[in-house]
Amino acid sequence: MEYFLAHIWMIPLFPLAGAALMFFFGRKLPDIGVNVICVGSVGLSMVYAFGAIAQLIARPVAQRVVDVVLFDWVPAGAMHTTAGHLANFNAQWGMLMDPLTAVMLFVVTGVGFLIHVYSTGYMAHEGGYYRFFGYLNLFMFSMLTLVLGNNLLLLFVGWEGVGLCSYLLIGFYFLRKSASDAGKKAFIVNRIGDAGFILGLFLLSGTLGTIRFTEIGPAIAARHFEIGNAVMTAIALLLFVGATGKSAQIPLYVWLPDAMEGPTPVSALIHAATMVTAGVYMVTRMNAVFQLAPLALAVVATVGAFTSIFAATMGLVQNDIKRVLAYSTVSQLGYMFLALGVGAFTSGIFHLMTHAFFKALLFLGSGSVIHAMSGEQDMRKMGGLWSKIPITAKTFMVATIAISGIPPLAGFFSKDAILGAAFDARPALWVIGFVTAGLTAFYMFRLVNMTFFGESHVSHEAEHHLHESPPAMTVPLMILAFLSFVGGWIGWPTALGGSDRFAHFLDPVIAHYAEPAAGAAEQARLGTEYALMAASVFIALVGIWTAYQFYIKKPSVPETLAANWGGVYRLLYNKYYVDQIYDAMFVNRTKDLASGLGSFDRGVIDGLGVNGAGFLTRVMSSISMWEDKWIIDGILNLGARIVWVLSYPVRMLQSGRVGNYALWIVLGVLLFLGYYLRMAGVMSNVLHFWKA
Amino acid sequence: MVSIGHYLFLSVAMLAVGVVGIVTRRNVIIILMSVELILNAVNINLVAFSRLAGSVEGQIFAIFIITDAAAEAAVGLGIIIAFFRNRETVLADEMDILKW
Repeated sequence: MEYFLAHIWMIPLFPLAGAALMFFFGRKLPDIGVNVICVGSVGLSMVYAFGAIAQLIARPVAQRVVDVVLFDWVPAGAMHTTAGHLANFNAQWGMLMDPLTAVMLFVVTGVGFLIHVYSTGYMAHEGGYYRFFGYLNLFMFSMLTLVLGNNLLLLFVGWEGVGLCSYLLIGFYFLRKSASDAGKKAFIVNRIGDAGFILGLFLLSGTLGTIRFTEIGPAIAARHFEIGNAVMTAIALLLFVGATGKSAQIPLYVWLPDAMEGPTPVSALIHAATMVTAGVYMVTRMNAVFQLAPLALAVVATVGAFTSIFAATMGLVQNDIKRVLAYSTVSQLGYMFLALGVGAFTSGIFHLMTHAFFKALLFLGSGSVIHAMSGEQDMRKMGGLWSKIPITAKTFMVATIAISGIPPLAGFFSKDAILGAAFDARPALWVIGFVTAGLTAFYMFRLVNMTFFGESHVSHEAEHHLHESPPAMTVPLMILAFLSFVGGWIGWPTALGGSDRFAHFLDPVIAHYAEPAAGAAEQARLGTEYALMAASVFIALVGIWTAYQFYIKKPSVPETLAANWGGVYRLLYNKYYVDQIYDAMFVNRTKDLASGLGSFDRGVIDGLGVNGAGFLTRVMSSISMWEDKWIIDGILNLGARIVWVLSYPVRMLQSGRVGNYALWIVLGVLLFLGYYLRMAGVMSNVLHFWKA
Repeated sequence: MVSIGHYLFLSVAMLAVGVVGIVTRRNVIIILMSVELILNAVNINLVAFSRLAGSVEGQIFAIFIITDAAAEAAVGLGIIIAFFRNRETVLADEMDILKW
């Protein structure tokens, strides 16, 4: 086998080694040492990943599946599936390389490496430098295990690992209560989703007898499941619950805005480019199961669409630059799930890739702005920064145009592919997606206008320190801007003359149950497509124009609107009070349960049980003491006293006077004598003699 | 005639006197004399039976006893003298060091 393909198992191990070295020696290393080890390890992973991708592409289409097994991890052996078939369950620690993995590897290692480089500049003045990079490397290990794993259980290992690293990195500034709370929130909400994931995993392994990706397809074909099978629907819905937690969809999205407490590179890497996309990847990987469950796909699409518009409305009024981007991420993830739900799996992954480029760029750019503003994150205190930090501003602009879906930048192609598929399958959801596209353009340009253009509201102290970021930060921005520009061209749709190489590349990963309807409606189809594309661009331009009007031409308009529609504004600003609702319904109920159990523990277990046992023991011991003192000792003393009493007459015998002793001897002799004489009958003879 | 009975009766009488003397008397020298009396009573008994049996063994044994009595008297007197040097008394009543 070709070198890089045979060695894909090494890709997660480089950052793992980096994390281990940080754990053991990080404290003693200088910053430059941390840089070389951690950024270098990710760089090595990137080289191996790119090599593997290149070697995979070099292969003919039919051979683009490589399975490299390291060792048998859970060889559980023979088992009976729920239908009674005999299966051999074997979860291995093995790496799978196919087109889907290739795309994910490209995104994870490429964007991950750029963010590591960026972090060397951004975190240079922060404490805990080695700890940050150690966690970041651990995250890379987990994420790469997730995307490379050849079975669902190993994917889950990576899934949990990224959740853990998310907690560690969000709560990086753990001395700040809001940060540590946010970390806990992220992990706990994730775990709720994971409960669904685990149940889905169990149901899948029980039904099919295997969880290995290469075997799921054949297993499904062998069992002849019909479309709409109830068990498959259950599995799909449970797995999707896990995805809503990890990828921040309704109802488990609440952790992502709070996650902005972490350092900005963390927001870029984890909450834009990689971790949150794990849910999308997992659903795509399990598309064979999902396509057997139209109900589940409907749920996925609807949840995705509603999350998309829901988050976009909240992003309209936020004033913290990172919060806007956080809601934007939730909204764009909604787009991806909308795509998956209408069966356009390749479009969903396409948007995953383009989104990784421009969202990472947006977050890193905002980090650059925050760095220039000496830590200020409120957009109301920014403005007019275009000339002050030109590279940041220009790259940021590229990303904003991309996310708004303006051709020929990346966002247009991926978003348009999704909207096109949605229109065909569920026009109602297309309307939602269409409106959201307009809202996205609006709030993104609102962000840009408030930050870079218009009147400067920058405070005097911040103004003195305004400077462009160092090359370690600006070069990754430029690379990501380039990718945001051209990244979409790989999926240039056939309608506009391209060959959509991306979709063709990913197609072997998607299961095909029903043959797609061929040719006849092709011509009408084309017209619809052009109309849809024009509509997307139009609504984006509407959003941009509105943002221009609100924040450049007539800056007083937003305030007037907020005042007139006060109720709506407050609802949006307070995020529909969802956090408060969750608090009242779930969090406080759980806390009540916990405090109730705590009282039970203290009062009953500790009070009655432990202290009671102690009390009883003390009572028993005092009884025992009394018994020992009075009864046992009394018996002994009684014995001694009896002997003493009985000894009295015997003692008196020992007068020490010899005369007494002699007397007793004589008396004894007389007794013996009398006895024997009686026996011998001598007495009568003596009397006889005496008489005579 | 004087039969064996008379001699036995004499022996028993002397024995009784000696026993009473041991038990009753206070002065240890008198007790020692009573012991001698008992030993002599035994002698009379032995000689009487020897005359009766016609063998001479009884008389020989009696000579042993006389010797023994002499030695015993010497030792006994030695003990009394030693005790007198310590306690200044010859009365049996006052020799009660070994009491309880």
